[in-house]
Amino acid sequence: MQLIFEKSHPGRRAITLDPFDVPEASLPDELRREEAAALPEVSELEVVRHFTKLSQRNFGIDTHFYPLGSCTMKYNPKMAESVAADGNFAKLHPHLASVGPYQRLCQGAFEVIHELENCLAEVAGMAAASLQPIAGAHGELTGTLLISAYHRAKGNQKDTILIPDSAHGTNPASAAIAGYTVVEVPSLPDGTLDVDAFKEALTDSVAGVMLTCPNTHGLFEPAVADIAAMAHEVDALMYYDGANLNAIVGRCRPGDLGFDVMHYNLHKTFATPHGMGGPGSGPVGVAEKLVPFLPGPRVHAEGEGYELIWPEQSIGRIAPYFGNFMIALRAHAYILHLGAEGLRDVADKAVLNANYVHARLKGALKSAFDGRFMHECVFSAAPLAKEHGVHALDIAKALLDTGFHAPTVYFPLTVKESLMIEPTETESKEILDAFCEAMLDIARRAKEDPESLHAAPISTPVGRLDEVRAAKELNCTF
Amino acid sequence: MTWTPTTENDERAMLDTIGVESVDNLFETIPESLRIKGVDVASGLSEMAVRKKLAAIGQRNRTDLVCFLGGGVYDHFVPAAVDALASRGEFATAYTPYQPECAQGTLQAIYEYQSAICRLTEMDFANASLYDGGTAVFEAAIMALRITRRDRVVCHGSVNPVHRQLLDTHVANLGIERLDGDDPTDAACVIVQNPAFNGTIHDFSDLAKRCHDAGALLVVSFYPTSLGLLKTPGAMGADIAIAEGQGLGMPLSFGGPYLGIMTTRKKYVRKMPGRIGAATEDDQGRRGYVLTLQAREQHIRRDKAMSNICSNEALCALRTLMYLSLMGKDGLVEVARHCHSKSEYLKAKLEAFASVVNAGPTFNEFTVRLPRDAETVAREAIGEGFLAGLPLASLGAGEPGDLLIAVTEQRTRDELDQFAAALEKIACS
Amino acid sequence: MYPDDVYYTEDHEWIRDDGGEYVVGITAFAVEQLGDITFAELPEVGADVVKGEAVGTVESVKAASDVYAPVAGRVSEINDALETQPELVNQDPYGEGWFYKMEDVRASEVKKLMDAAAYEAFVQEQET
Repeated sequence: MQLIFEKSHPGRRAITLDPFDVPEASLPDELRREEAAALPEVSELEVVRHFTKLSQRNFGIDTHFYPLGSCTMKYNPKMAESVAADGNFAKLHPHLASVGPYQRLCQGAFEVIHELENCLAEVAGMAAASLQPIAGAHGELTGTLLISAYHRAKGNQKDTILIPDSAHGTNPASAAIAGYTVVEVPSLPDGTLDVDAFKEALTDSVAGVMLTCPNTHGLFEPAVADIAAMAHEVDALMYYDGANLNAIVGRCRPGDLGFDVMHYNLHKTFATPHGMGGPGSGPVGVAEKLVPFLPGPRVHAEGEGYELIWPEQSIGRIAPYFGNFMIALRAHAYILHLGAEGLRDVADKAVLNANYVHARLKGALKSAFDGRFMHECVFSAAPLAKEHGVHALDIAKALLDTGFHAPTVYFPLTVKESLMIEPTETESKEILDAFCEAMLDIARRAKEDPESLHAAPISTPVGRLDEVRAAKELNCTF
Repeated sequence: MTWTPTTENDERAMLDTIGVESVDNLFETIPESLRIKGVDVASGLSEMAVRKKLAAIGQRNRTDLVCFLGGGVYDHFVPAAVDALASRGEFATAYTPYQPECAQGTLQAIYEYQSAICRLTEMDFANASLYDGGTAVFEAAIMALRITRRDRVVCHGSVNPVHRQLLDTHVANLGIERLDGDDPTDAACVIVQNPAFNGTIHDFSDLAKRCHDAGALLVVSFYPTSLGLLKTPGAMGADIAIAEGQGLGMPLSFGGPYLGIMTTRKKYVRKMPGRIGAATEDDQGRRGYVLTLQAREQHIRRDKAMSNICSNEALCALRTLMYLSLMGKDGLVEVARHCHSKSEYLKAKLEAFASVVNAGPTFNEFTVRLPRDAETVAREAIGEGFLAGLPLASLGAGEPGDLLIAVTEQRTRDELDQFAAALEKIACS
Repeated sequence: MYPDDVYYTEDHEWIRDDGGEYVVGITAFAVEQLGDITFAELPEVGADVVKGEAVGTVESVKAASDVYAPVAGRVSEINDALETQPELVNQDPYGEGWFYKMEDVRASEVKKLMDAAAYEAFVQEQET
C-alpha cells in the first residue's frame, strides 16, 4: 500500500483556514526556516481513504479475539468514548489548575480526579492514589521515586531493589532509571517465587521489592504475605505491579496483602482502549506512610468544591498536569457503570475463562505449571519445537490465519517457547471454544504438517517480515 | 449489572470442563485470611445514568471562554476528520504491534509519522512517541547522560518551568548535577526551548557550536506549530529535539493524553528511548513495516534498557500524522502565519497600555507587564468572557504583573479587538 | 566443536594469543543463542579495561548482550568490518567475526580461563 507521501500532489489541500484578516507580521530572515516542510499535499477524501484502508490492515478488539497474555485486551465500552467526547472535558485547558482564580472553572475535572483516586485507593486497599503517572511504567518509576523519598526522609542508606526473574521488563528498567541496583530473585520450577532465595537476597541495603501478583506465570504467590512481612522487617517497601490486578478485584486487595505502593494500569483493570500502544494511564496507590510523599499538586475536597494542595514531603511533579486525564475519565465511567458487583464479576469471569481455555488445551499443549492459573494460562511449545521444529512463533503466526490474534509469545522469559493466553472476561464461551478448536488444530498440524505452520501467515496483508534487514538498514523515514 | 456475556449455563459447563464446583474454587490459591467479600464502591449504574451523571459533572467546567491561555499547550483547530478516523476501533482497540503481519496499519502509520516529524524538524530519526513534552525533557536528559557518560545536566531559562520541575523530580535519586544556565562545560547536555516559555524566539545555532566544542549535546524543546515558519532544531544543530505535540491534533483534554515527540541524529539513534518503526520486506518481496532496534527496550534489555517506557502515545501520534496530512505542506505554514501575525496584531494593541517583556521577536505568545496584579486581572477577565492568559507568578516564573498571552489561528480579529479593549479596561482600572 | 587454540569465559567470550597481541570475540554458542547479529558496539581503541568489565554490546533482533573483557589489558584494535557487516559474527565467530584486540595482557591470566574441553562441559551444564 502506498504511503501518504506517495499520494501527494503539489498544490492539493484538504483544510482551508479563515481568511487572513490581520496585517502580515514581519519576522527576521535568520529566524525563519529555509523551506516549508515537505508534508503531504492531499485532499480530505484521500486522507480519509488512506487511513480507513490502513485501519483495515489491523487487528483490534473491535474486530478480533485478542488473547494476548499479560496485556489484557478486554472490550472497551463505547459509553466511555461518548463521555470522553464531551467538550466540557475535552476542551478544558490544564493550566486552569495552575492559576488560583481559574480553578473555579475546572471544578468538574477536579471532582472526577478526586472521586476516581478514592475509588482506586479503595479497590486496592491503599490509603490514597494519584492519577499523575502517564502510563504503567511511569507509575513504576513514580513508585520507585516514592520509595527513595521515604528512605531519604528516614535517613536509610539503601540502593537495591529485588525483582523476580519472571517480572515484566519495565520493573527492572524503572528501578534502574530511578537510580537503583536491581537484584533478580529466581522462580521455582512450580512458577512461584523462590522464598529461600528471596530471604538470602533480602539484606539491609534492599529499599524495595517489586512483585506482580498473580505473577506473570498467571499464579497467585502463596507466600505473598510472608514475603511482605520479611521485607518490612528490614524496612524494605513492597511494590505491587498492578498489571494483573484485574484478576483479583473484589477477591483480595494489594494493601491487605502487605503492599505499600503500587501502580494501576487503567487499560487492563478498567477497560480503557490501548490505542496501538498507548495512551495508557498508570496511577499510583500508596499506604498511609507514603501519602506525604505523593506527587503534587493534589486535588483536595474543601467545603462544596475542590482545591489543590501540596503533600508536605512531595516528590514533586511527575507529570506536567494531572496525567492522562481523558483516559482516567473513561475508567471512571467504567467503574460507575460496573459498580462493586460488576468489578468482582469481571475478575471472576476473567479467571473462569482462562481456566476453561487451559482445561481444553492442556491435553494438546504442555502446560508450563501444574498450579491453579488465575486470569491467564501459560503453555510451552518446547516439546513441539524439539520434536517437530514448530516454535511458539509458528503457532502464533498460524493462529493469525484462523482469524484470531496470537497469544503472547516468548514472555515470560522464564518459560521456554512460552505461549501466554489471556482470554479476558468479555469473550463469550462460543468464541473461547472456536479459539480452542483453532489451537487444537494447530497442535495437530504441528505433528502432521509442520511445514504449513512455518509458511504462516498467508491471509494477512504481508507475510513474515525480514526483521534482520530492518535492523541493519534502518529505513525509518521516507 | 450484566456486563460479561457468560450465562449461568455457560458457567456450569465451563466449571465442569475445568473440574471444579464453583468459581470460588478457582480463587482458593488466595490464602483465606486475605480474601474479601467485595470492594466498597457504589453499585453499578446504567449507561444512561452514567452519562447523565458525568455530563452534569462536566457542566461544572467552563469551556466557553475565549482562550488566550497557552503556556505549553494551545487551543489549536483540530479537523473533524482526525476524530472520525482516529476513533476507528481497528486503531483505538489494537495493541502494540508485536505481531507485525496483523498490525501493518499501525506500523505503516508509525513509519509515516516518523517521516513527517523528521521533515518538520530536519532531524534524522524520530521515535514512535513518548508520553508528552514534559517527560520528554527527562528522557532527553537521560539519553544525553548515557551518550556522553557525564553527570551534569544544564537547563536554560527558556525551558517551561513545569518541565524543569518535572526533570528535577525524575532525577532526584540519580546523583547527577543539575545546573541552570547555558554553560556546556562538563555537561552531558544543555536543554533549551524555542520559542522560550515567555514567548521569545531564539536561534540556538551558536550555542549548538559551543556545546559541541565542549563535548556536550544540545537538546532543543520546540513548539511544533512554530516550525511552519521558524528555523528548525535540525538547522540549529540540535542533537536531540523534543516537543509537546498537543497542538498537532490533540484537544486540550485537561492535560492529556498528549504526545511526546523525540528526534535525534543518526549517530545517536541506538541510544534513543521508545519504539521505532522501520520499513522492510516480507518473504515475497512485498514492502512491510516492523518495530526495530527493540534490543534497546525494557522487554529485552530490562535494567540496562535505554528507558523504562513501554506504553507510549501511539494513538496521539496517529492523530498528529492525520493532522499534518490534512493541513499539508502549505496548511501548516498558513497556521503558523495566522498564529504569528494575529499575535503581533494583538501585541501592538496591548502596547498602548502595557509593556512587552520579551527582549526579541515572539511567535504566537508573548508576555506583557500589566499595571495591576495579573491574577486579579485574569479573575476579572473571566467576567468579560476571556481566559486572559497565564499569570507567570502563578508558576513562580515572573513578576506579579506578568501575563503570558497566547494567540492561535482560532482567534478572530473581532475577538482580538474585544480582548484588547477588555484587558485595557480591567488592567487600567 | 569448539576450537582448542583459544580460551573461554563463562560469559561466552573467547581470547586467542596472536603473537603477543590477543584477539577477542564471542563463541559460537553465544552466537547461536542470540540469532542473527544486527549490531556490535565495540570498545574505544586505547581503553584500559579490567577483567569482567562490560566493554561492548552485541544485538540481534530479539536479544542483546554485553561483551565483557576476558582479562585485563588495553584495547589495541577493533574490528571495523562489524559496523557494516555484523553478520560476520554469525558466519565466522572465531575468525572474521572477531571483536577487538588487546595488548598488555598477562599470558598467565589467559591461561587461567577455560580450555575447549572445559568450556564444552560448561555449555552442556548450562543447557540442562
